[in-house]
Amino acid sequence: MAVLLLAEVAGGELSVDATAKALTAAKAMGDVTVLCAGAGCGGAAEAAAKLDGVSKVLCADDAAYGNGLAEPMADLLVSLAGDYEHIVAPATSSAKNILPRAAALLDVMVISDVSAVVDANTFERPIYAGNAIQTVKSSDAKKIVSVRTSTFDAAGEGGSAAVEAVAAAGNAGLSEWVEDKVAESDRPELTSAGVVVSGGRGVGSEEDFALIEKLADKLNAAVGASRAAVDSGYAPNDWQVGQTGKVVAPDLYVAIGISGAIQHLAGMKDSKIIVAINKDEEAPIFQVADYGLVADLFAAVPELTEKL
Amino acid sequence: MVSGVAPDFEEKHAMKVLVPVKRVIDYNVKVRVKADGSGVDLANVKMSMNPFDEIAVEQAIRLKEAGKAEEVVAVSIGVKQAQETLRTALAMGADRAILVIAADDVHQDIEPLAVAKTLKAIVDEEQPGLVLAGKQAIDNDMNATGQMLSALLGWSQGAFASELDIDGDNAVVTREVDGGLQTIKVKMPTVVTVDLRLNEPRYASLPNIMKAKKKPLDEKTAADYGVDVSPRLEIVSTTEPEARKAGEIVGSVDELVAKLKEAGAI
Repeated sequence: MAVLLLAEVAGGELSVDATAKALTAAKAMGDVTVLCAGAGCGGAAEAAAKLDGVSKVLCADDAAYGNGLAEPMADLLVSLAGDYEHIVAPATSSAKNILPRAAALLDVMVISDVSAVVDANTFERPIYAGNAIQTVKSSDAKKIVSVRTSTFDAAGEGGSAAVEAVAAAGNAGLSEWVEDKVAESDRPELTSAGVVVSGGRGVGSEEDFALIEKLADKLNAAVGASRAAVDSGYAPNDWQVGQTGKVVAPDLYVAIGISGAIQHLAGMKDSKIIVAINKDEEAPIFQVADYGLVADLFAAVPELTEKL
Repeated sequence: MVSGVAPDFEEKHAMKVLVPVKRVIDYNVKVRVKADGSGVDLANVKMSMNPFDEIAVEQAIRLKEAGKAEEVVAVSIGVKQAQETLRTALAMGADRAILVIAADDVHQDIEPLAVAKTLKAIVDEEQPGLVLAGKQAIDNDMNATGQMLSALLGWSQGAFASELDIDGDNAVVTREVDGGLQTIKVKMPTVVTVDLRLNEPRYASLPNIMKAKKKPLDEKTAADYGVDVSPRLEIVSTTEPEARKAGEIVGSVDELVAKLKEAGAI
């Protein structure tokens, strides 16, 4: 069966980690063609061609695709859909914007946030913030699937697929890009980092979040936050880990001043080792932590940063 | 403003806002998977309005209060009991409600595609200038209905909005995206799906809850709109996720560092 994998392309560059993880899932559904769309996406297409197990790369190079606007991107997917039984993408905010639109245009359901591929028509996905896992079997002619990248290993390199240009599918001009406010950071990217240090409401202020950041930098970690911390303005929205934020599964997750609401656990409980530091010994986070330290974070975190 | 233009302008821009709301298991209730694996137990469980939909209702009411909308219509598609969810929307300040009964069993979830098709039929009838929807329902976590509706209507979409500013024929939407925030300008009419930080929804006051009982609530069926709501996805099984075992409590930072070294984590 033929699978079209929509690569994650940001600023003309391939997001290798997200795309390579979705590729692993896509390969379980059939023969994979990768689609790179962007304004000047040749570099992304070449990078995608190197991924192991890619049969072909399509490059849709057009200004309309430069900022990932859902309307032209969905139209592009629909224009190519005839040749494929599956359209797959990593479950990024970009793909979550585009795939349901394409699915509706094709009169099929979207299957979001797939965590396991049972067979080409059957998928596991978390529901209720990960409190249940549902296995669903699609009866649609085409399967439009977004993949929860934290549950798949990244495909390696070593491929040498041919890159083919494809025609743009037009732009109805329903929306236009105004600006991106993207935080510049030297830290690893949250969803692919090997270590994540997250702060919660217990951190108490935006200033004191520096404690979390110092520990993160010591561990070469990405910084995360609970919804409570983001809602309180201690941390920016793109740091949020949880059901409606990012889903992470690093080798080490350090939760500081985080009580462990279901919503947050949904975003981090697949981490290999979880450390929790919280002064409340009853905090639910301790029920999922491998190592718990009941302590005042303002004393324990600087001490930990120093001793690592 | 040139005289004579104002009435046209008013007529065109004092728009109707449609807000779809979903009845879901309450945010604070612990979810239990049914023993037969058919789904999550929803019998005798506290149900509430999907939290994202509350934010959408709040935003619609604020638009009305700001003079940018003239009427707020709440819609729910599901079981008869969703009437309670609509009454909540009315108590918050929606003007009227439409209930589309599409299932008898509270355990039957209507898929986003079927919901979007039903909503399209309602949009064709009601002609709103804006649909404000929650970005996802906290039960199926599908995150799809708004985008699908926008596609079926051929409208623009502004998904995961944390700010919304409607200005004449356009809306400026700030969207929560993976790297931070993205601002786009969309043509009206549009479908906007709302994220957590757009606003803080109000509580309905007791007098407003009483008043809401008298507000109009139309009852329809999916068949009235000619929509086939049969699912495209067959639920094969529903299981509990693998439970994570609690580990150990360490007594000091030194002990924590030692344990992490032992585990090869650092």
